[in-house]
Amino acid sequence: MTDVEETATPFRILPKLTDNNRDFWTGGARDELRFWRCQDCGYYIHPPQPLCPIDHSKHLKTEAVSGRATLASFSVNHQPWMPGPELPYIVAIVEIIEQPSVRLTTNLVNCPIDEAHIDMELRVTFEHHPDPDGDIYIPLFEPGE
Amino acid sequence: MDENDIIERRACISGVGQSAIGRRLFRDPLELTLDGCLAAIEHAGLTTDDIDGISTYPGPMGTPAGFSGAGAYDVMDALRLQCGWYASGLETSGQLGSVVNACLAVASGLATHVLCFRSVYEGSAQGEKGGRAAVMPGGGGGGGGGFKASGFMQWNLPFSAPSAAIWIAMFAQRHFYEYGTTREQLAWIALNARRNAELNPNAIYRDPMSMDDYMAARMISSPFCLYDCDIPCDGATAVIVSRRDAAKDLRNPPLRVEAVGVRIDGRPSWDQFDDLSTMANRGAGKQLWERTEYKPADVQMAQLYDGFSWITMSWLEALGLCGIGESGPFIEGGERIKRDGVLPVNTHGGQLSAGRLHGYGFLHEGATQMWGQGGDRQIPTPPEVGIVAAGGGNTCGALLLVRE
Repeated sequence: MTDVEETATPFRILPKLTDNNRDFWTGGARDELRFWRCQDCGYYIHPPQPLCPIDHSKHLKTEAVSGRATLASFSVNHQPWMPGPELPYIVAIVEIIEQPSVRLTTNLVNCPIDEAHIDMELRVTFEHHPDPDGDIYIPLFEPGE
Repeated sequence: MDENDIIERRACISGVGQSAIGRRLFRDPLELTLDGCLAAIEHAGLTTDDIDGISTYPGPMGTPAGFSGAGAYDVMDALRLQCGWYASGLETSGQLGSVVNACLAVASGLATHVLCFRSVYEGSAQGEKGGRAAVMPGGGGGGGGGFKASGFMQWNLPFSAPSAAIWIAMFAQRHFYEYGTTREQLAWIALNARRNAELNPNAIYRDPMSMDDYMAARMISSPFCLYDCDIPCDGATAVIVSRRDAAKDLRNPPLRVEAVGVRIDGRPSWDQFDDLSTMANRGAGKQLWERTEYKPADVQMAQLYDGFSWITMSWLEALGLCGIGESGPFIEGGERIKRDGVLPVNTHGGQLSAGRLHGYGFLHEGATQMWGQGGDRQIPTPPEVGIVAAGGGNTCGALLLVRE
């Protein structure tokens, strides 16, 4: 996995860190994409919530997944809604291979616009944003296995 | 299911009304709201003394700017209404969820005539020259100043995906992928809306639009171009939901609420929903047909939400008005869905051309057509059975109406 630092890091609105989301937004410091997982039934839980939706267990921990995903859908965005990446950029919904019911809205990067296609294989890459409240590592996805 | 269990049938639509509608009116939003409400009360043949319930979507909200022109208390107090029941809220089955709530209220006997309204001033709120388009409730921010995203927007804003335009575009893209849907098909939602708006004096955009115009428009978020996105505007729409036995002798023939569809079968989420080629309307459509002997083939008119054009296609499928995945061929060429076609759709111009009155515009238009009050844009034979649906993503609701 590579850091996306060759060009200027775009402005991004950063998440407010909480005990529930910290591992997700900071795991990239160790190149890890982390989700809460039920330690009783193995179900990955996203977005975070206080108990497993399957068996209602509160025995939850965050665990790293492989970082591999498939592209469920995407949109090439041309509209300057807010400061952000250079236009156009690709907004994507990806499904992690460990449990496709876990989806992330994210950006598809390092991919020519006309080569994006649904079901393509992707891997995570993190964009580092230093921040006084705690550095954030935004999980983006790029083509790769 | 016993017919007595389907208590929405004890309710009907008895009147509709609208304020002035414009791209940017720069008028007091409460004034517009009251104009719309009083118009509906009068249209039903009632007075404010008859109104004993009030229901609105979404209730008072400061952001996004212009999203809510007034809350239930504002209207209740301004008109000195005495209410046996009242409610507002965002977390319901689309904008028409507030109308469904009113049906349940009159069916239960808590009220007899419920004033329902939806008021927006998103046009004016964006300023003289327009500005940042509205983002979904819970969004906001917009950069800098140490703003941090929390709640569900933390899963969108860091990826520069603040708008439902992008979220719905990804549903549409998935539909394109699974069923071979094309932009040339999608275009017919916008083109049909515009040709209908040409006949609607209250529509925002009435100049003719061609396929070439559509294909030449700038892209917003693929597959959506500018003309796939609705038009922020100012205006208020109101409808009166009455208990049927109290509406027999009013000004308009009662439009019986034959069945409603409000179910979500799946996660109440945009991006975590199990099937990205459909939305929460999937469950709402199924539920509606489980509650009536009528069939999709009986529907003579469909007023289907078009906050983004593809949502109308999605509703056509969810309501069984065409097969799953078949909405592209169904609308292609625009013959079936035209005003004098087999299934007239969005005869006022939809939100794409008549303005983003946010759900209630479809109910206003459906009732107007069923009463034969459509003027130049009247469907040649006023429909006896019509369907009205609003919302997208995780917030969807539909009503099947039958004229008595």
